[in-house]
Amino acid sequence: MGKRTVIPFGPQHPVLPEPVHLDLVVEDEKVVEAIPQIGFVHRGLEKLVEKRDFQVYVSITERICGICSFGHSLGYSQTVEALMGIEVPRRAEFLRVIWHELSRVHSHLLWLGLLADAFGFENLFMQCWRLRERILDIFEKTTGGRVILSACCVGGVYQDISDEDLRGIILVLDGMKSEYNELLKVFLGDRSVKSRLCDVGYLSKQQATELCVVGPFARASGITEDIRNYGYGAYGALAAFEPVVSEAGDGYGRSEVRALEVLQSMDIVKELVEKIPDTPVNVAPKGSPAAGSFAVSRLEQPRGECFYYAKGNGTKFLDRFRIRTPTSQNIGGMTTTLQGCDLQDVPLNVLTIDPCISCTER
Amino acid sequence: MSSTIKSPWLIHYDASSCNGCDIEVLACLTPLYDVERFGIINTGNPKHADIFLVTGSVNERNIGVLQQIYSQMLEPKVVIACGICACSGGVFRDCYNNLGGVDVAIPVDIYAPGCAVRPQAIIDAVVAGLGVLEEKRAAFAATGGKLAEKPVLASGLSSANKIVDGVSVRDAAFTKAREASKALASVTDRQEGANND
Repeated sequence: MGKRTVIPFGPQHPVLPEPVHLDLVVEDEKVVEAIPQIGFVHRGLEKLVEKRDFQVYVSITERICGICSFGHSLGYSQTVEALMGIEVPRRAEFLRVIWHELSRVHSHLLWLGLLADAFGFENLFMQCWRLRERILDIFEKTTGGRVILSACCVGGVYQDISDEDLRGIILVLDGMKSEYNELLKVFLGDRSVKSRLCDVGYLSKQQATELCVVGPFARASGITEDIRNYGYGAYGALAAFEPVVSEAGDGYGRSEVRALEVLQSMDIVKELVEKIPDTPVNVAPKGSPAAGSFAVSRLEQPRGECFYYAKGNGTKFLDRFRIRTPTSQNIGGMTTTLQGCDLQDVPLNVLTIDPCISCTER
Repeated sequence: MSSTIKSPWLIHYDASSCNGCDIEVLACLTPLYDVERFGIINTGNPKHADIFLVTGSVNERNIGVLQQIYSQMLEPKVVIACGICACSGGVFRDCYNNLGGVDVAIPVDIYAPGCAVRPQAIIDAVVAGLGVLEEKRAAFAATGGKLAEKPVLASGLSSANKIVDGVSVRDAAFTKAREASKALASVTDRQEGANND
């Protein structure tokens, strides 16, 4: 048995786009234990709800995280709408899901790129990010922003997408699809990629259930849990929805789930564009959330299930707003996969859960 | 013109950004904007870097990390605050765990506002930073490798190298930043109180 050493990993580390600190207890080249420390990006956004008008706070929720920004504004709006009993126009629900699914495509492409970078395949990284820019172009065309969209509001969405632009989105996605399939061949079929990802960071279905992991991380271990299955918003209008699940449980399974979800999201956008009804896109909320009222809502973010809670107090400020983010659920799974892995696999294991520290710490 | 500004290397640190600016910094390095064609390379090692891109505002947990990275970079060096949070605290200014912009912790040369900052703005800021880098290099060379003046931290501390040594130095920065944010918070509270009435 070798001597135990503690290697600090992060907060500033080339593989980490975000600051998280891990104390890696290693024995020779094997990691015995990984102790995470967070708090580097804590801002205190949940508390800010007491200082901001509930309608203005939508813009703050978008800045909880720049990658899942639309999802958080959607989750917050859904919760406050449930709190106040607001019926959102149907077209707004469709537009929300279209933007949300496009966000998923951009988030997964971003992650696939970072994964490729982590195992040293720089060309693949660049190709993923090149494709991702097409989605950002759609965002810029439809909302004006590239990462912070400011499209969602309590009662609907701020702006409509014209039918011509909706057809344009389909054309862009169709153009992307053939190029993306080329990348998919590399991610799922390339021998060197497979040898780097297979059997790295294995998490069994049993462990995943016990640790309550969510999202693609859980689905890669064979858990068929996807909040979109419950048909919130416009997901109920889909003809069929089947979560992408892999039984592999390792890094390869996680990249497979996310890689295939990109295609799934493109199909969802396509289907919704064909079915979108013609109604107004927002209703103005009247009054304030009643004192003592509370509401919860759930959402499938690119990283997994996200849970929102809001409590009103009769004024235009909310009493409490709480989020349980997917990464906070997945950190337990991550430290489990790190136990017993090789030191060289640490960056890969950290990355394959797709950590979003900014969401987690708020 | 020196070789440094023909191929400046960047280091990026996410102070307490929402990721929006971070992914835009990364987007600058990828095919559409591709700053690598100007010789700009992203590095993870502070000792290799000429330009320090900071996104997000400063809080009590990361102020030390930020000063640590800054002090590890070799002279001449340029700090660019990317995004409105790094410039002034942005939308998070009123949060309890926010000390303000990056200039609370380390001296900032260029401010690139935006929420999220656009890649074009980042490229502009880096190009402007090259001018500052060249000036600093010339001044550095003129004195034969000694700093013309000791780097003065915005929080009133004198030497960048001393920051990591003493806890007292960090405490001074905390106290000053905390007082500033408290003063700001009381002003905004009063204003909001007036609005509510």
